[in-house]
Amino acid sequence: MSVDTRTVKKIASLARIAITEEDAARLAPELGNILHWIEQLGEVDTAGVEPMTAVIPNTLRLRDDVIDADPLTGGGIRDKLMTNAPQAEHGFFTVPKVIE
Amino acid sequence: MTDLTDLGIAAIRDGVRAGDFSAREVATAFNARVAGAKTLNAFLVETPEHALAAADEADRARAAGEAPKPLAGVPIGMKDLFCTNGVATTAASEILAGFVPPYESTVSQNLWDAGAGMLGKLNMDQFAMGSSNETSAFGNVISPWRRKDGGNAPLAPGGSSGGSSAAVAARLCPGATGTDTGGSIRQPAAFTGISGIKPTYGRCSRWGTIAFASSLDQAGPMARDVRDCAIMLEAMAGFDAKDATSLQLDVPRWEARLSSDLKGKRVGIPKEYRVDGMPAEIETLWQQGVDWLRDAGAEIVEVSLPHTRYALPAYYIIAPAEASSNLARYDGVRYGLRDLPEGAGLQDMYAATRADGFGAEVKRRIMIGTYVLSAGFYDAYYTQAQKVRTLIARDFEQAWERCDVLLTPTAPSAAFALGEKSADPIAMYLNDVFTVPSSLAGLPAMSVPGGLDGAGLPLGLQIIGKPLDEQGVLNAGLAIEERAGFAARPEGWW
Repeated sequence: MSVDTRTVKKIASLARIAITEEDAARLAPELGNILHWIEQLGEVDTAGVEPMTAVIPNTLRLRDDVIDADPLTGGGIRDKLMTNAPQAEHGFFTVPKVIE
Repeated sequence: MTDLTDLGIAAIRDGVRAGDFSAREVATAFNARVAGAKTLNAFLVETPEHALAAADEADRARAAGEAPKPLAGVPIGMKDLFCTNGVATTAASEILAGFVPPYESTVSQNLWDAGAGMLGKLNMDQFAMGSSNETSAFGNVISPWRRKDGGNAPLAPGGSSGGSSAAVAARLCPGATGTDTGGSIRQPAAFTGISGIKPTYGRCSRWGTIAFASSLDQAGPMARDVRDCAIMLEAMAGFDAKDATSLQLDVPRWEARLSSDLKGKRVGIPKEYRVDGMPAEIETLWQQGVDWLRDAGAEIVEVSLPHTRYALPAYYIIAPAEASSNLARYDGVRYGLRDLPEGAGLQDMYAATRADGFGAEVKRRIMIGTYVLSAGFYDAYYTQAQKVRTLIARDFEQAWERCDVLLTPTAPSAAFALGEKSADPIAMYLNDVFTVPSSLAGLPAMSVPGGLDGAGLPLGLQIIGKPLDEQGVLNAGLAIEERAGFAARPEGWW
């Protein structure tokens, strides 16, 4: 698998990571080598094999259908949640304008 | 008077209970030890007041005649992947610079509830991605071990739990938490001559633990010996409704049931783990481990895990894929770093923030993950890897028909020098060749020190067990520990 800089820039854009031309040129062979290495998985005959979804058999539980069933993960903690916000105003996270 | 920092978890617990020394004396001794070891860069945050407060509570409870808590008087180190209420938590990444969690992870809360105190937050590979602790945004951890060649080259403490391994090996704390996604407890334990166990996936809650690859991440203890690991794991594990993959099972009394008598047990030796280029010293130690377990009463059988060689490539699809999804949350909006270039829009802010905040290895893995999940490649990479994962788990299931535990080396080499492998990602990934298969299958596995190589560096042996059979793993580990008599420790040069 060879990866060109155009592909690197597309992946970076999908991943929302800004990269420069130099980054792309450096990353192309690096990612190419890693992808080439993982491509050996193609050799494995997986006909009829189900992809794994859970390593240990487990059933998904339902929580009680009530508000704040677990106070730690429930609501009513807006101010606490916002203590780490890089920028917050009037109880909202603020971001650059998205509508012209 | 013994130096209290020479004591392990069991000895501290028992000594505090017996009144041989106070919990405050223990916390004070370890706080001083931590403060004097800055050269190792094992701690990102020191919290001496937390350790002292827990110690004072232990001393008060004892004086009041209350029943002692399981870890009363024991101060520990906390890997910086666990969110700690009011104490900065960064996963060793710039993108979480300044983040102070307003909540406590379940695993750390369980430890505090058991009476433990916190000495500080431990350095690690950034977002737990690395095998040498060189991807931390806050500098390398330096292993307390040195080669006996007079060169004093700084060595890697392993990773990703490298601050944990270095701190326990240097006697900065009697035990520390680690997390293991593909070997991040076991490989650093092996590199530093300590013990560490990754329990069955689902034993320890992942709630409040910063996510790397959710189907693989498991917390576990790192400590000086097998008993200490059993004690600490009992406190860390347990059902938690806040983690959908938490196992709804009681925590076994692993410590009380420790036994190194392996009569009637069968130990499997997987032939595929004899990899090309394995150093002779590791081969020899492995054989020594076989002899030790036979001496403990076990029957030795050769087994085959035919898909072993595909475990690493499957892991390097699955883990980055999950990471690319998990790390999408770091966007500069709700917490952590924000980089808003002049005049930039929202998308530019995301991209600039993530470019600035993530380290090179984290970006590399996010991009690999993004690629293998992208339209047109998903089935060829991700679905195929998940199918191979099924085959790897099946290999183990078939092995369990013939044996109770597996014995392998933990890592393909002793600790390497910092910088030695950082230029080649794949060479670094190969460090996890023996630990990744059991991670993919969710199995309990531990590393115990077996001996030293020619350069005087520790080598570890790994025991892998059946799902939920931590006891079998700990017992085999204890049998090795008793026979290996590993007493080497790094000289206090720092």
